[in-house]
Amino acid sequence: MADRILIKKGLQIPLLGEPDEVFRGRVTSEFVKVCPEDFHGITPKVAVKVNDRVKAGTALFYEKRHPEMLFASPVSGVVTAIERGEKRRILHFTVQADKEIQYEDFGKKDVASLSSDEVKKSILDAGIWFLIKQRPYDLIANPDKAPRDIFVTGFDTAPLAPSYDFILEGQEADLQTGLDALTKLTAGKVYLSISPKTTNKGLRNAKNVIINEFDGPHPAGNVGVQINHLSPVNRGETVWTLNALDVAIIGRLFNKGVVDLTRTVALTGSEVKQTGYYQMLIGTELTPIFKNNVTEGITLRYISGNPLTGTKIDENGVLRAYHSQVTVIPEGKEVLEPLGWASLSPNRYSAGCTYPHLKRNPGKKYRLDARIKGGQRAIIMSNEYDKVFPMDIFPEQLIKAIIAFNIDKMENLGIYEVAPEDFALCEFVDTSKLELQKIVRTGLDMLYKEME
Amino acid sequence: MKALRNYFDKIRPNFEEGGKYHWLHSVYEGFESFLFVPNTTSKSGVHIHDSRDTKRTMSIVVVALMPALLFGMYNVGLQHYMAIGMEVGFWTRFFYGLLAVLPQIVISYVVGLGIEFTVAQMKGEEIAEGFLVTGILIPMILPIDTPLWMVAVATAFAVIFAKEVFGGTGYNIFNVALIARAFLFFSYPSKMSGDKVFVRTGSALGMGHPEMVDGVAKTVDGFSGATPLTQLATTDAPHFASFSFTGVTGQPLSLSDMFWGFIPGSVGEVSTFAILLGAILLISTGVGSWKTMLSVFLGGLFTITLVNLFAVNATMEMPAYYHFLLGGFAFGAVFMATDPVTSARTEKGKWIYGFLIGLIAVTIRIFNPGYPEGMMLAILLMNAFAPLIDFYVIDANVKQRLKRVGNNKRK
Repeated sequence: MADRILIKKGLQIPLLGEPDEVFRGRVTSEFVKVCPEDFHGITPKVAVKVNDRVKAGTALFYEKRHPEMLFASPVSGVVTAIERGEKRRILHFTVQADKEIQYEDFGKKDVASLSSDEVKKSILDAGIWFLIKQRPYDLIANPDKAPRDIFVTGFDTAPLAPSYDFILEGQEADLQTGLDALTKLTAGKVYLSISPKTTNKGLRNAKNVIINEFDGPHPAGNVGVQINHLSPVNRGETVWTLNALDVAIIGRLFNKGVVDLTRTVALTGSEVKQTGYYQMLIGTELTPIFKNNVTEGITLRYISGNPLTGTKIDENGVLRAYHSQVTVIPEGKEVLEPLGWASLSPNRYSAGCTYPHLKRNPGKKYRLDARIKGGQRAIIMSNEYDKVFPMDIFPEQLIKAIIAFNIDKMENLGIYEVAPEDFALCEFVDTSKLELQKIVRTGLDMLYKEME
Repeated sequence: MKALRNYFDKIRPNFEEGGKYHWLHSVYEGFESFLFVPNTTSKSGVHIHDSRDTKRTMSIVVVALMPALLFGMYNVGLQHYMAIGMEVGFWTRFFYGLLAVLPQIVISYVVGLGIEFTVAQMKGEEIAEGFLVTGILIPMILPIDTPLWMVAVATAFAVIFAKEVFGGTGYNIFNVALIARAFLFFSYPSKMSGDKVFVRTGSALGMGHPEMVDGVAKTVDGFSGATPLTQLATTDAPHFASFSFTGVTGQPLSLSDMFWGFIPGSVGEVSTFAILLGAILLISTGVGSWKTMLSVFLGGLFTITLVNLFAVNATMEMPAYYHFLLGGFAFGAVFMATDPVTSARTEKGKWIYGFLIGLIAVTIRIFNPGYPEGMMLAILLMNAFAPLIDFYVIDANVKQRLKRVGNNKRK
């Protein structure tokens, strides 16, 4: 029986547009784009030239400081463009996909018989090392540094999040292989966190890992919260983090011997007519699933990922590397709302109680748009972040230490334990409308530069 | 509304970079965002935002202050007509009070917002809403007979030296409204205490004209404008039992008079009932911290109980509920101590912070014969110590974290 840990603080934002648990087919597109900006902190060095033929699993680029860290092409075909932006920063690699995908053969491997280094090398060579992230700094894991432990989250509590149970159905074997591979990568433990509602056998009965149940509202599914409750990261330590969906992709590599970056993606959001799940490769253009399936007549915001941490894309955008969710919400820039601060409308959602509360029925869901709904101010209210931040950390004081870039204070207040996503809810509820995730991201980057 | 929106859109270019009114762009933005929810959308970070913002939060506080303000106005009229011995109806009393208080509110807002607008414009920032609350608090905690020029000077002093020099709303160390009051209290003590200032005997904008005798308003026999706390501080009664509070005409004051607020005092502080209404709103909306409010009362209760045990005079014998009903205790606890910027910011810290405010306020009241009221000084003093309290609360968390590193190393 798994230990149950109760998370009391947090917030489940009741949004319209939960995904129906229906599988709606596979989506392909002629062009597949890989955006290096998805992989925060790396300096991409190009490994292919325009017009080169690549297979699924062939490296498109690698990390400058770790040439062994390759980034695989999700699809086979011809590299048609390497588009660059300001300062020659690479925006994306475009691959024109073959009708029939050809895979680079990495050979099926029995994880149990491999050594730690062999497992590591297999994942690096296959170009999917990026699935493993590390704390501190919330970057792609540094392969040279052995992690104290590895943490895997087996559910997602973010608004409109996809169901891992649904996605992992039929992938139980890959999941277990992936977990076995992870146990080889650390001398410490591999922790898998599940929700009390988790039904998937592969998650619930996973072997060789320590299973804990986390019960509570978002961010109970955030790996950062789970680490904080299980075994916090201290100065000088490194842990690696993944989600169970990515573990299954790693498992696929060993079970099938190929890089198959297929994700099952939930199409969600209040502006989607028919929600549901689609299968597609990372980098697939999303136009087909948006076509005739979203509200017309208003400006929309398309998000790869969830509304709290996702990446803003346009309607021709592609599925970004880490996401198993695509969300469409109203942009809201044409909304005219007079005297909003005096509003008594029950349709204005607030986590606090400054808007009419009595009428709100508990099942009511809201259609939130992308407006900030206020001006940026200094931090005024206290105890606002704490209510949605279930970690043994003082979030407001940590944010202030980051703004002041006081390294000692940041360390003392627990900067090594956090990632920007942990502050997403704080950013949502903040009356002062500060860009907290950006502040944390900048802080972590500056600290990384300073320390490494 | 649509027409207004179009008008705003039409005049916008004038206020943008290069426009002829660019120097007023903060003012333009201030009014625009006051009238319409800004429709800027998020560019980075979360894509959705909560509906509450600083405007909403500050509006809630202003609404919470309304019962105390409206009752305070009525009471100003009530005390006035009692003092000059005229029988008038409810509305006459209220309008007299309105006319007496309104100029102070207007002056406080005009001066304070004027400075805020100017500073925001100079810094090129949006106008912060903090002064919406401060501006109404200042007239509410001053005696009704404070001259208007003093209100103006005190507001200007407080906004500039207690807030803007620190960086504006959210950065100040001391409660701005209380600084305004403290400034007057120490600069013009004769206008801020005593038995003349809390009841207006003269007219208010021509209304409620008293009979004049030798250029002084004629008052009823036995008139005294002393607040109950002043009466207590100056009494020579050996025991509280042999002492009684009196109103302006010398009539005895009951506990219910004190609860409803039919007593002389600053505009906002008299009615404990109205303050209670405000407290309910602040707590139910989560804008004010119930922990701070409760702990102020707990701190007061603790100290009074202790003092009662060793009482040697009437002041020391007064039971706790009199302390809570009289003077600015309740008002300070609900509206001043809970100011999130100047209060302790950690939850544990709020308990300590509030408790000490209650403790110090009562101590000043009882043991310092010069100051019949101690709430203002107690809160200002604790404002100064709030960061220290937070430091120790946070330090406990830090120590725990450092200890964890130590433990791991030993393993």
